[in-house]
Amino acid sequence: MLKLENVESGYGNILAVKGISLEVNQGEIITLIGANGAGKSTTLLTISGIVECRSGRILLNEEEIHPLGTDDIVKRGICQVPEGRHIFPQLTVQENLDMGAFMRNDTRQIKEDLDYVYSLFPILEERRNQDGGTLSGGEQQMLAVSRALMAKPQLLLLDEPSMGLAPLIIKQIFEIIKKINQENNVTIFLVEQNANQALQIADRGYVIENGKITITGSADSLLSNQDVRKAYLGL
Amino acid sequence: MDYFIELLFSGLSRGAIYALIALGYTMVYGIIGLINFAHGEIYMIGAFTSFIIATILTILGFPGLAIILLAGLAAVIWSASYGYTIEKVAYKPLRHAPRLSALISAIGMSMFLQNYVLLAQTSDFLPFPQLVPDFDFMEPIAHIVGSSDMVILVTTTVVMICLTILIKYTKIGKAMRATSQDRTMAMLVGINVNRIISITFIIGSSLAAIGGMLVASHIGQINFYIGFIAGIKAFTAAVLGGIGSIPGAVLGSVVLGLTESFATGYVSSDYEDVFAFSLLVLILIFKPSGLLGKADTQKV
Ligand SMILES: Nc1ncnc2c1ncn2[C@@H]1O[C@H](COP(=O)(O)OP(=O)(O)O)[C@@H](O)[C@H]1O
Ligand SMILES: [Mg+2]
Repeated sequence: MLKLENVESGYGNILAVKGISLEVNQGEIITLIGANGAGKSTTLLTISGIVECRSGRILLNEEEIHPLGTDDIVKRGICQVPEGRHIFPQLTVQENLDMGAFMRNDTRQIKEDLDYVYSLFPILEERRNQDGGTLSGGEQQMLAVSRALMAKPQLLLLDEPSMGLAPLIIKQIFEIIKKINQENNVTIFLVEQNANQALQIADRGYVIENGKITITGSADSLLSNQDVRKAYLGL
Repeated sequence: MDYFIELLFSGLSRGAIYALIALGYTMVYGIIGLINFAHGEIYMIGAFTSFIIATILTILGFPGLAIILLAGLAAVIWSASYGYTIEKVAYKPLRHAPRLSALISAIGMSMFLQNYVLLAQTSDFLPFPQLVPDFDFMEPIAHIVGSSDMVILVTTTVVMICLTILIKYTKIGKAMRATSQDRTMAMLVGINVNRIISITFIIGSSLAAIGGMLVASHIGQINFYIGFIAGIKAFTAAVLGGIGSIPGAVLGSVVLGLTESFATGYVSSDYEDVFAFSLLVLILIFKPSGLLGKADTQKV
């Protein structure tokens, strides 16, 4: 479904992603793990067209998407929950969700999807008229995921959804990710520093070091890989 | 007491005009973090456009109301297309350049437009037709509030209500707020940020054009320089209220208008600007983010 071929990108004269190739198949949960500063976020931002793809190609269902603007990439079904959640702080919870559905016009279906995300996270419905900025970290992450779901993505990019959250909330978020993947048939590309938890729910994984993919394989094989265990699982 | 009420109304109508201009400064600042120094010139161009159209229509013998509406419409369309073009030509190419570059570009644009109108229209003050007649029903209170002040107040109020509805309840309005709060995230939900920026310039310029026409008809004369003075005052009002805040721009404008009016009325018109800018300095000392601004020291 999504394919990166020798993608390079960066900021100014810093090259942060140095020729990455990877593939995400329809229906999978793929995880990209790596240390802080390895280039995970830059990879996701390049897929979404926020950071320019300097060389290589990015394909969605065999079509090149790297020359497109971010809004067109979103229209083709790739949504991202960026690192740090990026809730619109002075929009209400409800308005944040409305913005998630910004490029849709099917009013009735939007309403149904709204009911669906409220059923996933009842707390959001309770707080629907509260400003996004007043939510707790966990609630903001739920809102960020819900907002992305409101776009009805085929492919959801998640950048460190567990960052800064309490273990109980992390567990809940990972369960929801799994559920979204299975029940709604949304393909997931999950970036994590929390490698253990990510590999628990993923089908396959890639390890990124210093802008390059160094190891790849099924989640199980990565969980038992000595290098991965030492470097990312703290074992 | 009548004198007080007279000053009150003249202050309010001044404030209303400042508000129409200040909103453009504050909305653009909210979205792209730039002080659009050419905004005063947009207002001036609005005044000139309505002047030209009103003069032609008057010669052709159109009825008064039609003249106001058509001249206003022309001013809005023409100023909006200037605002739109300025953003595309002078600011968009500098979107990722250092902030100072865009600021210098804005000042350059302002000078360019002033001199362009100067060359096209001479530096003389041109007599502006009185578009608003003295209404009969205003007769009993005409000594405290004039018809044209009343038209300014009513028009501005209606415009503000429309703007509030637009920003608060429509999809475009929500997208504008989203873009000003977090541009990257706005892009990630599929908002075409370039389009939102253009719309912001168009709305801001339209409001300024309405202000330009109302003032020109009220004062009765215009020249190429009116945008500079009005622009500085409106900018002051926007900073006073908290740049980036829409209610702040309106509040700052009303406060500034009233201050000037009372200072002129009770002290001397020579001190009008002294009071206005003293007020600004005081507010900035005691509340640097302005009356309704968020405490955000990073911007500016
Ligand atoms: N906005 C930016 N400007 C300049 N350099 C950046 C920026 N964002 C990230 N970098 C650099 O790019 C590299 C990769 O960063 P990033 O993709 O955020 O890593 P990760 O998400 O894996 O922690 C790092 O060296 C980081 O310092
Ligand atoms: Mg990161």
